[in-house]
Amino acid sequence: MSRDNDRWLTDLREDGEAREAALSELRTALLRNLRQALSRYSVDDAFLEDAVQDTLLRILDRLGQFQGRSRFLTWATSIAIRVALGELRRGRWKDVSLEGVLATAGFVPDQIVDRESPPQAQAERRALLHTLQQLIEHELTERQKTALLAELKGMPQDEIARHLGSNRNALYKLTHDARKRLKRGLETAGYAAEDVVATLPR
Amino acid sequence: MTLSKKEIDSLLRLVGLTRESELNCEQCLALVSEFAERQLAGKSVSESLQHVEHHLSICEECREEYEALRRTLEAVEEQDG
Repeated sequence: MSRDNDRWLTDLREDGEAREAALSELRTALLRNLRQALSRYSVDDAFLEDAVQDTLLRILDRLGQFQGRSRFLTWATSIAIRVALGELRRGRWKDVSLEGVLATAGFVPDQIVDRESPPQAQAERRALLHTLQQLIEHELTERQKTALLAELKGMPQDEIARHLGSNRNALYKLTHDARKRLKRGLETAGYAAEDVVATLPR
Repeated sequence: MTLSKKEIDSLLRLVGLTRESELNCEQCLALVSEFAERQLAGKSVSESLQHVEHHLSICEECREEYEALRRTLEAVEEQDG
């Protein structure tokens, strides 16, 4: 690959042979990189070809967003990986309902406390979990609760967003706001964030 | 069935790591290629790239994508010598 970033941008923005040659080179490079990136996943050539085709369309649509802070091909590969892994996640979760996921997303503090730990640690843990449960119940909107709990159960963000009629960025804001509310609530109840994290297994 | 201990710990960890201002997934995607190249080269990261690092600690999907990108860059570097 001898093209520098400017060459990629110039050729991809032109009409005619230069653009076709750049697209062909980019397609080949992305296919190679995506095959490498997804070597741990079970995908076939048709899947890779489709993902690269979707990626090329996105890249052409976003050329103006490339800031030149990395190699062009690295940037393009990061988009290809998002496209491909997004498609894989969608395939895995397409038949799973949000309601089904949320039905498994409650928790009973008493059942999560480690009964092997010393009594004082059990009592502290139980109190923390009760506070967390109360905060989820009373401080979060239904939409925040849904998004946060579905994410916790492993549902992909694009899928949650689709169920909520939203998109991944808006969903991130929704769950970010939810986390901020829970953090403030825990702090108000006397639980410093860093202390809570410090007690968790690594 | 309910949330497991692991899932509750994950929630507590996420809440604990939450900052007032965070990158969203799209903003992370715009910067992650630079972050990956600098990490691979063992270079320090700027303040804006530290936000990428934080986002990757919060967002499992972006982290999965970053790790795939990093593995790819390492393999390509090895192949290209």
